[in-house]
Amino acid sequence: MIRIQNLTKDYGLVRAVDHVNFEINEGEILGFLGPNGAGKTTTLRMITCFLSPTSGSIEIENMNIKNKQLEIKRLIGYLPEHNPLYVDMTVYDYLKFIADIRKIPNFGHRIKEVIKQCGLNGVVHKSINTLSKGYKQRVGFAQAILHDPKILILDEPTSGLDPNQIVEIRELIKELGKKKTLIISSHILQEVQAVCDRIVIINEGKIVADGSTEELQSAFNNKTKLKLELIANKDEITAIVDNIKEIALLSISPLKEKTFSVEIEFDSTNDKRAEIFNFIKSKEWTLLEMYRENVSLEAVFRNLTIEGGKR
Amino acid sequence: MNLAITITKKEIKSYFSSPSAYIVLVIFLLLSGWFFASPLFINNQANLRTLFGIIPLLYLFFIPAITMGLISREKNNGTMELLATLPIKNSQIIMGKFWASIILIGVGLLLTLIHFITIMMLGTNIDFGAIFCGYIGLLFMGAVYSSIGIFASSITSNQIVSLIISFFIIFFFFIIRFFLFFVPDFMVGIFQFISIDYHFSNISRGVIDTRNIIYFVSLIVLFLKLAQISLENRNWK
Repeated sequence: MIRIQNLTKDYGLVRAVDHVNFEINEGEILGFLGPNGAGKTTTLRMITCFLSPTSGSIEIENMNIKNKQLEIKRLIGYLPEHNPLYVDMTVYDYLKFIADIRKIPNFGHRIKEVIKQCGLNGVVHKSINTLSKGYKQRVGFAQAILHDPKILILDEPTSGLDPNQIVEIRELIKELGKKKTLIISSHILQEVQAVCDRIVIINEGKIVADGSTEELQSAFNNKTKLKLELIANKDEITAIVDNIKEIALLSISPLKEKTFSVEIEFDSTNDKRAEIFNFIKSKEWTLLEMYRENVSLEAVFRNLTIEGGKR
Repeated sequence: MNLAITITKKEIKSYFSSPSAYIVLVIFLLLSGWFFASPLFINNQANLRTLFGIIPLLYLFFIPAITMGLISREKNNGTMELLATLPIKNSQIIMGKFWASIILIGVGLLLTLIHFITIMMLGTNIDFGAIFCGYIGLLFMGAVYSSIGIFASSITSNQIVSLIISFFIIFFFFIIRFFLFFVPDFMVGIFQFISIDYHFSNISRGVIDTRNIIYFVSLIVLFLKLAQISLENRNWK
């Protein structure tokens, strides 16, 4: 259990983190979301005892970071942003070095286990600077989970990876998350949405939202956007709004002759899809495509963080 | 195992896995060898006094070069974040790096024993005690300089800046004896005590005095402590 109270960090005159409060329960996977420069990394660096807070407190398993740093560091596995590594070492030497510092008993066995788990089999005796970015990231993971930590903190674990690598790393995160308390920071929504139980959104050092994915969606976005592609008479399309209550026609744009792309919006609580379909059927139009645009969390994120920027 | 030793092992490996340590050692040996050998037959004396005269001067360049990256490189590469979030104390990090630099200096000094062997073969009546004490003195002097180098390395993330800072601090301790003529009489004692050469020349004459040892040890402790404080005040980003 991690309890953060009134956490504040100033860099000179700049306030990077501003009275942040939240708690993370054991076994929870928390997504820590925010635009670049919002204070994510600074917060994580304070949790991992790399930076000291200007004010406020962090308690991990009832230990305060002020006086129990070594004990806390033993509990945490941390993959820093940009994944710093000793690039002149081989993968094995690097993991051995970490194992020595963490005083891992029976490290030979444990290193083998982690190497298998992170898919590093082929590169164990290669120098780290010859590895691709995806492999380097795996080495970073291996480092973070080597001592089987109770708490795992990953700062932008998938940044700079290609789509295949992102999927692999996500699988790895999901697997690890089964047994651990996990904090993942990211500025990419889909990532957090895909793996996290709970999301905390931070902007300009302040927490602007905190809740499960569904909670955030329902709290901040109650409109559903429907996209249609159909063959019809343009003049008649506007009739949809007259015939079905409580919907709004957002746009009609022609794609080809007689083929139009139409956007319709209605309250999420009041599903109008059947009515719309029936209306189209009654008009004998040809429906080529109809889908719900599911970017609502993205919209939440944009609303929260752009509004904040304008303030 | 003590964690400082783990750090020492890592640094030693890193020294010898790149050409830098070899280059520095070779240059150190070439210069010390040349300055030792060229006046040897002119002086016609079977001692290492010229060597003990030139090594403190070489240290001025040699030690900043081997200590400049010890901490600043970790800051620059971001690996300091890794190290600082592992369960290891700052004092252990500093001590580990300090020992690594001492070992490299020790290797350099060990290699100069070739000159000692030359002397043994050429001369008679060799004062082994003075030579032994001279090496002890050089080791202490090297330790003082590397603690200064580590302090300089801890306050910046730029190796060149670290090199320049450590060079000037070391230069201060090195040059101060030349200013003894210019200071008022009552201050001569203080200046003399600060000068590293004063303490080194006592030892290299074969007199190991506790005052000299205390001087060396207190400088080492001072600069290593400063380095530790600078690591603890981690406000840089």
